Amino acid sequence: MSEKRHILSIQVDNEPGVLSRIVGLFSGRGYNIDSLNVAATNEPHISRITMVTTADTAIMEQIKKQLHKLINVATVHDLTESDYVQRELALIKIHAKMDNRSELINIVNIFRYKIVDVGPDHVTIQATATEDKLKAFIELVTPMGIKEIVRTGSIALYRGN
Amino acid sequence: MSAKELTGTQILMKVLKEEGVDTIFGYPGGAVIDIYDELANTDIKHLLVRHEQGAVHAADGFARASGRTGVCFATSGPGATNTVTGIATAYLDSIPIVIITGQVPTQLIGNDAFQEVDIVGITRPCTKHNYLVKDINSLERILREAFFLARTGRPGPILVDIPKNIQTMKATFNGPQEIVLKTYKPTYKPNVKQLSKVAGLIKNAKRPLIFSGGGAVLSGGSEALTKLAKTMNIPVTSTLMGLGGFPGTDDLWLGMPGMHGTFRANMAISQCDLMLAIGVRFDDRVTGRTDDFAPNATIVQIDIDPTSIHKNIEVAVPIVGDCKIAVEKLNELLAKEEGPEEAPDRSEWANKIKTWKETCPLAYDQKDIIKPQYVVDTFFKMTKGEAIVTTEVGQNQMWAAQYYHFNRPNQFITSGGLGTMGFGLPAAIGAQMACPDALVVDVAGDGSIQMNIQEMATAVQYNLPIKIIILNNRYLGMVRQWQDLFFDKRYSSTTLDHNPDFVKLAEAFGAKGLRATKPEEVESVLKEGLEYKGTVIMEFVVDREENVYPMVPAGKAITDMLLV
Repeated sequence: MSEKRHILSIQVDNEPGVLSRIVGLFSGRGYNIDSLNVAATNEPHISRITMVTTADTAIMEQIKKQLHKLINVATVHDLTESDYVQRELALIKIHAKMDNRSELINIVNIFRYKIVDVGPDHVTIQATATEDKLKAFIELVTPMGIKEIVRTGSIALYRGN
Repeated sequence: MSAKELTGTQILMKVLKEEGVDTIFGYPGGAVIDIYDELANTDIKHLLVRHEQGAVHAADGFARASGRTGVCFATSGPGATNTVTGIATAYLDSIPIVIITGQVPTQLIGNDAFQEVDIVGITRPCTKHNYLVKDINSLERILREAFFLARTGRPGPILVDIPKNIQTMKATFNGPQEIVLKTYKPTYKPNVKQLSKVAGLIKNAKRPLIFSGGGAVLSGGSEALTKLAKTMNIPVTSTLMGLGGFPGTDDLWLGMPGMHGTFRANMAISQCDLMLAIGVRFDDRVTGRTDDFAPNATIVQIDIDPTSIHKNIEVAVPIVGDCKIAVEKLNELLAKEEGPEEAPDRSEWANKIKTWKETCPLAYDQKDIIKPQYVVDTFFKMTKGEAIVTTEVGQNQMWAAQYYHFNRPNQFITSGGLGTMGFGLPAAIGAQMACPDALVVDVAGDGSIQMNIQEMATAVQYNLPIKIIILNNRYLGMVRQWQDLFFDKRYSSTTLDHNPDFVKLAEAFGAKGLRATKPEEVESVLKEGLEYKGTVIMEFVVDREENVYPMVPAGKAITDMLLV
C-alpha cells in the first residue's frame, strides 16, 4: 500500500502530559511525525494539535483509533479526507548584502511575504503559506544562503462548516 | 474546618471502601508512610509482599480470579519502578488494577529528590491511563476515575501517583459522584445490522469455527459463547487468554491454536469458511504468518477495542462492542430468525475435525524418566479439572495450557501478552486471597520460579495454602528448545546447574517441600502436596530435553507444524 501525507487535527484536554502521551504513542508504535503544532483554542480546557504524518491506509486507520483510545483525546479528524485550508508560518533569515538585496525584496513581494527584520548582512522574512508554496520559496532563496529557518509546521481547518 | 474535610489519606481509604476494596497488596516506604498509617485505621486486609513486582502480580491474580479490580500500593522511586513489569503484564492482558504510588512532595518534584522518579512518565505507555495528583481537591475525582477507567471498556491498569504532601492536605469529601469523562465513551452495544449479517453467515456456513479470546472471558461472555457454540453446533478454539471461556472437556472443543496449538485447532483455522473471532486480537503467537491465516474464511471480529480490529488481520465483518452483549444479542437473533430451507450439511466438517483429532492428538510417552506432560496430566486428573491454575512462562505454561482442561472462566491465570516469568507465584497469592476455599496451584519451571521466589515468605506469612509444581529440567526450557531446534543445540546460557535444593528452600521459608524423581512417585507426591493444608513446593525432576509440541516455527504458517 502506498503512503500518503495526512493532516490530523486532534482536540485534546488542556492538561500536562497530554502531548507526551501522543508523541509517545507515535514513537512507541513507529508512526511518523512530519510536523507538529500545539496551542490553546477558544475553549479554555481544550487544546488543538495539528499533526502531519505519512502513512498507508491501514496504518492511518490504526493511528486514528489509537489516538482515540487515549483518555485525554476528544476528537481526531483527518483533514486530508475532505476540503481544508492549510497554512504554515516560517521565519527565514537570509544572507543579504547590497548586491542581492533588491533581488530578494522582489522575490518576497512576488510571494507577498513580509520583511520583519533587516540587518547589515541579513534580512528576516515572515512567510505564511501552504507547505508547497513555502517549499518553492525556500528553494528559490537557498542559493542566496539561508542563515536560519524556523517553521511552525502546518495548521489547518476544514473549509466551510 | 468543616465536618466533611478529610486528609488525602482519609479520602483514599474512603474511596477504596466505596469501591468495595477489601484486599490490598503492597510494600511500605517513606512516600507512602502516611497512607499506611491511615490504612491501619481500616479493616482492609493488607498483604505485605517481599517485592513490589509481587504486589502488582498479586493484585492482577486477585483481579483475574475474582473478576474485580485489584489494588496495590508502592512507595516512590524504586518502589514505583519495581511495579513496572507487573503493570505492563496487566496492560497486555487487559486486567483491571489500580496502582497507588507515593511520590516526593510536590515542591520537590523535578529536583532529583531522594527516591524521586517520574513514574507517570515511565508507565505512560503501559497503563490504560495514569495520574499525578498535584492538587488535593482533585484527589477524590481522580481516584474514582481510576477505578472507573480500570474496569470499563477494555479494562486495564491505572496508576495514581500521590505526592507525600498531598496525602496529608485536607479537602472536602464529596462522596459518590457520577463520573463524566467527555473524551471516554467505550462502545458496549454492537451494531445490530452487522450482527444480523453474522446470523445469516452462521446459518449458511459449512465449516464455521469460533475463535475466542481473553475478551470473551473478561466480559463475562463465556455462558453466551458456550450457548452459541452448542446451539449452532460450531467447534471452538481459544487463545491462551481465552482458555476456560468454553469448556475444555466438551466435544466441540479443539484446544488452543497457534505456535503450540493442537493440530486440529490449527487445521480448523486454515480450512474453516467462517471464523467468529470473539475478543481476540490476532497475536503473532496465534496467527503465525498472517497471509496464511484462515485463508478460506469470512472473518467476523467482535471486540470492545476498535484498535484490535484490522490491526493484524483484515476482517470482513468488524463489530465493535462488548463480547458478552454482542454474543447474547447474536443468540437472540439466531433464535428468532428463520433458518435456510435446509440446514447446511456440516457432517463433512465434523468428520474432518474428528480425523484430525484422532490422527494427531496431544501425546507423550511416559517411560522411565518423568515427563513434564505426565505431571500436568496427572494433576489434571487428580483435581478433576477443578483447580485454579496460575503459571510461570515458558514450557511450563504451554504444558499447563495443553494438558489441564479448563471448564470455567477465570480458572487459568497466566501472563499471555507480556509473557512475564515470575508471574505465577504472586498471582497465585492474589488468586488465593480472592478465592480462599479454592485449590490454587502454580505450575512453574525451575527458571521462572526463581524470579519471584521471595513471595514464598508472603504465602507462608498469610497461611495461604497455595501449591507450587516445579517442573525441574535444570534448563531455561523454552529458550533451550529454540536453541535445540534452530541454533544447532548450542545451549548458550540456558543451563541451570546451580539451582537451589527446592525442598530445602521450601522448608527454609516455612513451607513444605516434596520431590519426585521417578515416574512412580509422581502420583504420591501430588497427592500428598495437594492435600497438605499449607504452602507446598512439589518438585518434579523431569526429562531434561523434552520439547513442547506441536510447534510452529516463528514466522511460518500455522499449518506448518513440527509434530514431534
